[in-house]
Amino acid sequence: MLSQIFSEPFSDPSVRHSMAAVLALALSAGPVGVFLMLRRMSLVGDAMSHAILPGVALGFLAAGLNVFAMTMGGLVAGLVIALLAGAVSRATALQEDASLAVFLLVSLAFGVVIVTVNGIDVEQLMEFLFGEMAAKMNVDKLLVIAVNATISVIALALIYRPLALDCVDPGFLRSVSRAGGIAHLTFLALLVLNLINAFHALGTLLGIAIIIVPATIARFWTRDISAMIVLAMASALLSGWVGLLFAFHAGIPSGPAVTLVAGVLYVVSVLFGRVGGLVWRALPSRHLEA
Amino acid sequence: MTEQLQFRNLTLGYDRHPAVHHLDGAVRTGSLTAVIGPNGAGKSTLFKGVVGVIKPLAGRIERNGVRPQDIAYLPQVAEIDRTFPISVYDMVAMGLWRGKGLFGGIGARDRDSVEGAIAAVGLTGFEPRAIGTLSGGQMQRMLFARLLLQDARVIVLDEPFNAIDAKTCADLLELVRRWHSEQRTVLAAMHDLDVVKAHFPEALLLAREPVAWGATADVLTPENMLKARRMCEAFDEQAEACVVAEAV
Repeated sequence: MLSQIFSEPFSDPSVRHSMAAVLALALSAGPVGVFLMLRRMSLVGDAMSHAILPGVALGFLAAGLNVFAMTMGGLVAGLVIALLAGAVSRATALQEDASLAVFLLVSLAFGVVIVTVNGIDVEQLMEFLFGEMAAKMNVDKLLVIAVNATISVIALALIYRPLALDCVDPGFLRSVSRAGGIAHLTFLALLVLNLINAFHALGTLLGIAIIIVPATIARFWTRDISAMIVLAMASALLSGWVGLLFAFHAGIPSGPAVTLVAGVLYVVSVLFGRVGGLVWRALPSRHLEA
Repeated sequence: MTEQLQFRNLTLGYDRHPAVHHLDGAVRTGSLTAVIGPNGAGKSTLFKGVVGVIKPLAGRIERNGVRPQDIAYLPQVAEIDRTFPISVYDMVAMGLWRGKGLFGGIGARDRDSVEGAIAAVGLTGFEPRAIGTLSGGQMQRMLFARLLLQDARVIVLDEPFNAIDAKTCADLLELVRRWHSEQRTVLAAMHDLDVVKAHFPEALLLAREPVAWGATADVLTPENMLKARRMCEAFDEQAEACVVAEAV
């Protein structure tokens, strides 16, 4: 009976696609989320996840329910917004988060106008916002997610060194190399790529959860960046896998299911995490010799 | 005597407002110079210009064959994110950047030199610690270890001895003296004038514009110090465009 809970979903190919997609998503989104957190950009990621909606909507209008068209639309919209916000904050006194908030609002409004004027049916809209029902995914989506995730993992490995140094000591990095600016722009592009992946798997409103929440979970267990990245991947994978089982059996969209499981892991980490967990702080412990 | 750095009518600043204004002069190869002046005098800005982080608004810096990225730079500690999860070892190893770049691996010989630099600043045993767990003095020692690894002809130190105790200050000054004896060119932004008098043969007194530059005893006169304080007036939003001739 218990084994059936785990094996039954796999008899359906569309659920197998979902599971494979969440594996790819976890491996690429985990490290991106860690850097997003360390650069104090978690909310920027949240803002951008909503900003890709008008691009996806335009792709939908141009080619109907075509995964590739929606991906291209979202990619273009996300990159344009990331670059515009970066350019505005560099050229004016406005901080990047403030200018992003403006672009987010305007582009979300634009997206809603497109959607409303052209009338998307409710079922389709629900899938846009919260992900596929009962963890069923078509093979085209899986293909897009796998390609994007592969690009993301390789590109992040290439910019890893300047990206980390740009977080911890930007003045020193600028004095030894010009790679900091390129690393930042590449990182923004990878963020957009992962947001689109998350959108395909979990919907536009909650997709960002599988990027942000695993990174914050990892922060409660280690002080080392490599271990943090591995832990973020692992907790993204666990949330995704358990979340999809939950979505399948309960017949709910995958976005809320995965986010809720990640939320449970987060609460456990806040309470019991080795680095700053609340329970450890509350327990009386003798201070050390030195 | 050759010049390592030559400033020619150099103006550096932000949003067209000059923080360093019409600086002319040269830093000799192998010299040890303290850059002094009140807060906002343009010391950090001058250093950022020297290492190529900001571009001159006018004039230029000649570096006598040394590329800006080959100049070792100690940023102010305040510019470092100490909450970032990186170990002392990895932070020091960043000093190998010139030889390793974006992708180069770190081999056995490199590991020896990283360990050597960490030992030279007295931080042996701290290698696996996260930088957030270091005290202010230990942090500065770690950054000096990174400078040692950079092995640069020109070394620029932005407020290296702020808020650290006498023992750490003495140890780090010993490293500065060693660089000086190895004929490296060293520039340091300083606030403690007693340390400047005791250890720096030359001084540049800056108050946006150069007030005095030369032998330390000639620069640190009461008249010069008073003049520097008066010249460092507030940032003027309504300032007119500067009309001093752009001599080349």
